[in-house]
Amino acid sequence: MQPAPSAPGDDAVVDVRDVHYAIDGRPIFAGLNIRVRRGLITAVMGPSGTGKTTLLRLITGQLFADRGRVSVFGRDVASLSSSEIYAVRKRTGMLFQNGALLTDIDVFENVAFPVREHTDLPESVIRKLVLTKLEAVGLRGAARLMPGELSGGMARRVALARAIVMDPEVLLYDEPFVGLDPISLGVILRLIKQMNQALGITSIVVSHDVQELATIADESYLLSGGCVVASGTPQQLAKSDSETVHQFMTGSAEGPVKFHYPAPDYAGQLLGADEG
Amino acid sequence: MSNRVRHGTLLEGVRKFGVTGIFFVRLLAASVAALARPGLIVAQIFNAGGRSLIIIMLSGLFTGMVLGLLGQDVLQRFGAETALGQLAALALLKQLGPVLTALLFACRAGTALTSEIGLMKATDQLTAMEVMAVDPMSYVAAPRFLGGVIAMPLLAAIFNVIGLFGAHLIGVGLLGIDRGTFWSNTQSAVGLHDVTEGIVKSVVFGAVISLIAVNEGYQCEPTAEGVGLATTRTVVASSVLTLLLDYVLTAAFM
Repeated sequence: MQPAPSAPGDDAVVDVRDVHYAIDGRPIFAGLNIRVRRGLITAVMGPSGTGKTTLLRLITGQLFADRGRVSVFGRDVASLSSSEIYAVRKRTGMLFQNGALLTDIDVFENVAFPVREHTDLPESVIRKLVLTKLEAVGLRGAARLMPGELSGGMARRVALARAIVMDPEVLLYDEPFVGLDPISLGVILRLIKQMNQALGITSIVVSHDVQELATIADESYLLSGGCVVASGTPQQLAKSDSETVHQFMTGSAEGPVKFHYPAPDYAGQLLGADEG
Repeated sequence: MSNRVRHGTLLEGVRKFGVTGIFFVRLLAASVAALARPGLIVAQIFNAGGRSLIIIMLSGLFTGMVLGLLGQDVLQRFGAETALGQLAALALLKQLGPVLTALLFACRAGTALTSEIGLMKATDQLTAMEVMAVDPMSYVAAPRFLGGVIAMPLLAAIFNVIGLFGAHLIGVGLLGIDRGTFWSNTQSAVGLHDVTEGIVKSVVFGAVISLIAVNEGYQCEPTAEGVGLATTRTVVASSVLTLLLDYVLTAAFM
């Protein structure tokens, strides 16, 4: 049941309101607010360990906020039954950092997996559908390879084909640029843009690769210390006066975001008898 | 300090028991749903059973041959060598078949199940399924559990047949017991009750080992070390529980 198509940006597909979340008593989010508008590419950036992946898990209903509200397609995820959460997940696709392909079946079957699970389409239709998606990511020729035979970049492209095979309304990308060679990186960047422009897929890209994101994102959020410290277009962030934003954009170890894990005084520890 | 540690261990034990219990209930519910996908279950019967076949057959053969030698040695002291057939058949059907098959099954198929599911967890495959709105309990866990439950009695049956053949090989072939006496003694000694005991044991062992193996894989820490530890726990827990349950079931069938 697809909703009527609407113009890009006129409503929030994902709305995260004042979300608090802690793991083992360690706060990850403290009052997080993010609004993802339909048809746009929204970038969520932040240093490692700021809970970017946790945010995606909150959106897909694998985790639930301790306080606050996460709405997807206008419905509070926490209030949904498990079958309703599955219904929401069928409308979303997710690209995992390592691809997360099923290792016991080949590339073709991996892409066909969601189709076989959720539809009764005849084999000839599934074949055309899968080959079309594989062609879109340039891997039609690799259809019969096993996941173990793929490079990291290829595995991620197969995972992207699998993520779009059910024509989702929203695509979540978890660190899509990590560890890619320049060619694969360029291809993935172009694919994200194409998916968004050609198919109108709302995209949420979680990453710390600022330069790459700046070229494709319509809106971006910078997370630090459990909440959003800056938001706007990548150009606005680049011009921001905020020290946190400046530190992140320039990749400096000095600034409000601490690079060093809390430790006792350096000189004292080197010279003293302290055994730590 | 040691008191606190003891309390912590006890609490951890109770917690783990509870987690396994809840997992078992979910697994049973998912197993009902998984029955609608016979293809997945057949593949797992092959994985757990077909791939264990060679070691089960070899072990069965040698166990039977040892029984032949031992039987000859012990029985001739009472002048009862001709009872070798019934000794071998009863020992295999009631004890050695189900127990040794279960121990081998835990080492071969149980470890494979735990490490496979653990690695699927470590590489986000289970999470990916959840995000694709596919329940990994009914796609991954339940078919593997059912495959193990079905494969184990079949393996035990094969173990028994080959074991009896091994005892025959030594008793009749090597030590010269009359073939007719061997088989007629075997036939008259074994009753339906003995066969039932063997079948019940192998089904129970198969269910327990498969539950432990799938549960350990599913609950393990998704790291290289975590998968390794979970695999070790599968073998240890399966072996100890098999022997413990063997005592309980043997007592129940007396």
